[in-house]
Amino acid sequence: MDMKTTKKKLSAKERYRLLTRDLAWEPTYRSREEIFPYTQYEGLKITDWNQWEDPFRLTMDAYWKYQAEKERKFYAIIDAHAQNNGHLNITDARYLSALKIFLQAISPGEYSAHKGFARAGREFGGVGTQVACQMQALDEIRHAQTQIHALSNYNKFYNGFHAFAEHRDRIWYTSVARSFFDDAMSAGPFEFMMAIGFSFEYVLTNLLFVPFMSGAAYNGDMATVTFGFSAQSDEARHMTLGLECIKFMLEQHPDNLPIVQGWIDKWFWRGFRVLGLVSTMMDYMLPKRVMSWREAWNIYGVENGGALFRDLARYGIRPPKNWEHAEKAVDHMSHQFMLGLYQWKFGTAFHGWIPSDEDMDWLSKKYPDTFDKYYRPRWDHIKKLEAQTGTTFSNFGLPKLCQCCQLPTLFTEPDDPTLICHRESEYKGEIYHFCSDGCKDIFDNEPEKYIQAWLPMPALMRDPVDGDLGAWMDWAHLQDGVDNGDFHASQDKANFERWRAQSSSNQ
Amino acid sequence: MAVVSRKEYIGVPRDALENYKGNQLLFISWDHHMLAAAPIMFRAHPSTRLGELIDTQLVPLLQSDPDAASIDWNKVEWLKGTEAWTPDFDRSLADNGIRHKQQLRMRTPGLRTLSPAE
Repeated sequence: MDMKTTKKKLSAKERYRLLTRDLAWEPTYRSREEIFPYTQYEGLKITDWNQWEDPFRLTMDAYWKYQAEKERKFYAIIDAHAQNNGHLNITDARYLSALKIFLQAISPGEYSAHKGFARAGREFGGVGTQVACQMQALDEIRHAQTQIHALSNYNKFYNGFHAFAEHRDRIWYTSVARSFFDDAMSAGPFEFMMAIGFSFEYVLTNLLFVPFMSGAAYNGDMATVTFGFSAQSDEARHMTLGLECIKFMLEQHPDNLPIVQGWIDKWFWRGFRVLGLVSTMMDYMLPKRVMSWREAWNIYGVENGGALFRDLARYGIRPPKNWEHAEKAVDHMSHQFMLGLYQWKFGTAFHGWIPSDEDMDWLSKKYPDTFDKYYRPRWDHIKKLEAQTGTTFSNFGLPKLCQCCQLPTLFTEPDDPTLICHRESEYKGEIYHFCSDGCKDIFDNEPEKYIQAWLPMPALMRDPVDGDLGAWMDWAHLQDGVDNGDFHASQDKANFERWRAQSSSNQ
Repeated sequence: MAVVSRKEYIGVPRDALENYKGNQLLFISWDHHMLAAAPIMFRAHPSTRLGELIDTQLVPLLQSDPDAASIDWNKVEWLKGTEAWTPDFDRSLADNGIRHKQQLRMRTPGLRTLSPAE
């Protein structure tokens, strides 16, 4: 009689091979160029897709298991947060401005990243890359969903959370992150990987993640904290994918070096400009601050970024072209941008406020060379005007926007913080404006791409808004007197304080 | 090259002059005066007298700056784009050669209350 033997279980290595690498095949009735038409036009030379090493070697069944476990834990905490009126634990309602910016500008970016990775997962010619991109596409849509769910409880009680999709599409400060992702998504798959996988998710990721997630921890926002934990292991995979990508491109052929360097230069600068929003959040909007933008830059930009580029030097890579300009801008950008957001707060779906005396003393300490010299005089003057007129300070002069990064051109010359940086190009008879050399260079390199940008301010002067600010607010789903304006006059402030008082007394 | 692409790609500028129903855009800023945080966007008909645009639209937006009352409009130095320029306030935008989306910059040497020179 034959002995019955149990079937041998597959080893992890065999499992990975069967469920990823062996899913590929060599086409026999269509050419590789027909099936993967986007892998050559960017000019990169790929000789052997099998050199792509997926460091995590994750199979789909393992992926589902880990992610499902995280989802169960995440939603249990979100439920508890809602049941426990967790929103009342935040330091104070000023913190909500940071959350509103996050939901309006960043969460939609996760969804864009999802689309981009799904596309890259189809367009790349190697199965290891395809599987890694497909998993990242799933991660990104999960991040979009979990962020939206984390913040949904705040939508029950506070203003400005109700129309994030429309805000992302139609408002002006949200177009900064939007155009960043649109630029990446409409690039080829290799540039997309460099832009998002490497520049954003490896070089600059901590400058986004730490302020928001640590900011949440410091300010009593358990919902966002738990999102951060839920995303952390995904981000580890993303960073590894990004680094693997750049190494793969550089190792495949020496001719790839100048193309990759050009993308590093471009996407460092576009990423730095998007982080302008984060700088205001760190320095001005968090009631309990984690650290200053300058301190964050010193750790995650200078130290970590410096180490990374020293490491990549063996491939011939040098630090990004506008690194010195960025360094000079760090002590100025949060102040310049916050002054802008404050004066245009009639057009923001979050509240603004003048920093308190304590806030300004903190800013003086953290920015000893710049705050008292350049920015405290402006805040003091605004306070004086408001005392004189009895109304909040508004500048109804709408700003010129940069054709590339789409920020208001409120940043200054690298060597003169009192002079707006004016740059322009002419292309096919039209004038285009930029905030910096970095943005102008990006435009000049591919003008046909950027001339078609939908800039929110010039668009406001066309149909359907036709220059009518009230019509713009309706169209942008911005409730006047509710979502916008001075924090101290806001429903959010009044409600938060009233509910907090109710929860700790017998009124 | 004009754009990295698989085949010829023609972008269509969304902010082209013909999209503004006979009007044009222009931008005006005041060097070293950053209380208004960015250059200001204006929409006007090219036949608008420059002086009228300045008096009725620009000046009100500059009032919050402590230097606003001290501006001597006869002494203001101007740039049109990157070129030094002398405006004729009595003539139209078109006659002044102010193109669609052109940037005009004002300079008032010696007047810098909120942003003193080094």
